[in-house]
Amino acid sequence: MKAVITVVGHDAKGIISKVSTKCAEVSANITEISQTVLKEYFSMIMVVDISDITVPFTDMVDALRRLGEENGLDIRTMHESIFNSMHRI
Amino acid sequence: MLNINDVLETINMIKDENLDIRTITMGISLYDCAGDDTGIVCDRIYDKLTKTAENLVKTGCDIEKELGIPIINKRVSVTPISLVGGRFTPDDYVKIAKALDRAADTLGINFIGGYSALVQKGFSNNSRNLIESIPEALATTGRVCSSVNVASTKAGINMDAVALMGQVIKKTAYLTRDNESIGCAKLVVFANVPEDNPFMAGAFHGVGEAETVINVGVSGPGVVASAVKRAGNCDFSTLAETIKKTAFKITRMGQLVATEASKRLGVPFGIVDLSLAPTPAVGDSVAYILEGMGLEKCGGHGTTAALALLNDAVKKGGVMASSHVGGLSGAFIPVSEDAGMIAAAECGALSLEKLEAMTAVCSVGLDMIAVPGDTSAETICGIIADEISIGVANTKTTAVRVIPAYGKGVGESVSFGGLLGYAPIMKLSPYSCADFIARGGRIPAPIHSLKN
Repeated sequence: MKAVITVVGHDAKGIISKVSTKCAEVSANITEISQTVLKEYFSMIMVVDISDITVPFTDMVDALRRLGEENGLDIRTMHESIFNSMHRI
Repeated sequence: MLNINDVLETINMIKDENLDIRTITMGISLYDCAGDDTGIVCDRIYDKLTKTAENLVKTGCDIEKELGIPIINKRVSVTPISLVGGRFTPDDYVKIAKALDRAADTLGINFIGGYSALVQKGFSNNSRNLIESIPEALATTGRVCSSVNVASTKAGINMDAVALMGQVIKKTAYLTRDNESIGCAKLVVFANVPEDNPFMAGAFHGVGEAETVINVGVSGPGVVASAVKRAGNCDFSTLAETIKKTAFKITRMGQLVATEASKRLGVPFGIVDLSLAPTPAVGDSVAYILEGMGLEKCGGHGTTAALALLNDAVKKGGVMASSHVGGLSGAFIPVSEDAGMIAAAECGALSLEKLEAMTAVCSVGLDMIAVPGDTSAETICGIIADEISIGVANTKTTAVRVIPAYGKGVGESVSFGGLLGYAPIMKLSPYSCADFIARGGRIPAPIHSLKN
């Protein structure tokens, strides 16, 4: 089972580190990262394996959302099934 | 493998284009709550609803969080209350309405549908008593929604029911006069009513439905409007193709949520309703889709054609995306719940007559339309009869949800707040149809050959 974490906001130091630390805390394994900085905007899409996470998935979603709020970033964590069902027949 | 562009497209739909799941509606049968003692029936209904749907809201919230898609409403529809056995007076029915309201409160849902009667061919004692109790029931509850089916293509139109509904709507408006006559916003008069509709106020759990069922209503006018805008100056074939593809994606999301909700609640999946349901939020309007196709204002000439194209393309795209499609499935054009419709009505571009024509090619009917408070019951009956005839003759669902706003006239408006929005009061024809309505009886079912 995988989830997609998207992070959008003003660029700052240590964004990737903060998000990946949070993932490590709940034992979510990062399998892919794609990141760009356009002018001062930072955007990142991260695919994580959530098969072995140590907390309920909804708690992980909340924890990352709060991390975003604390750092002025929009962080969304969504189960991969929504993308698969929308874009695959 | 996930494609980055797909991920960004989905997130953009949710974040900037107001894509959401409008409702997860759990249908619950109340046949086994029958009884002669009203108190016992009320207790049975309350207990059954609060037990059967106890995890509905929590499950909805969990799915919302995990998939990252807003699920706006979690609701319950029940067996038409007039079919729950027992000898009930109108006062008894009001008590049942209050039990439904209490159950909705306990469950944490904003609306419960099914305070309904099916009288397309005639009244049973129970259905007549229930209809008589509607004004009081809607005035003394906050969450109960009511609907009455007065006609079908097979049975024709029960004009006695139409005549009665004119009075019921007037009385409901009067009893809720301190609150913009809001009772009428929770009351729908139908022809060919669908029995698995998840959308309020017309939802109920149909006669042939299973014990419990999960139906889901998707939304997404904003997504379609953006797709139409991006398609630019293309021809109609390309435009229809664009809408179909978008509708497919929206509906897949609905199917996923429905399947997930059904699995977690242990309740069979019923249908996905493909309707484009607008909200008063800017960017979530069906009218703006039509204007995006090239109309200066919704309601001008060309509007009916644009709506027909939209409605058809949404269905074609949606049908393949879901295993079972049902409910109303079409574009909604509720005036008060759509920013573009409100604007068009306010500037005079959109008239009641044009709305009536538009309902011939889309779901669902004359919806959330405010009319002057001094409109006679007979004129309201005339509005209902006209709209219902369109449904009966064309073998489709049509409905009327009008609000004769007590104490208000043309030029004023009513505001309900929330998803119900606000509506400018529309002008009606000043000429009477009282003698026509007074005839009573039934209009025979239409012929279905010799089509023209």
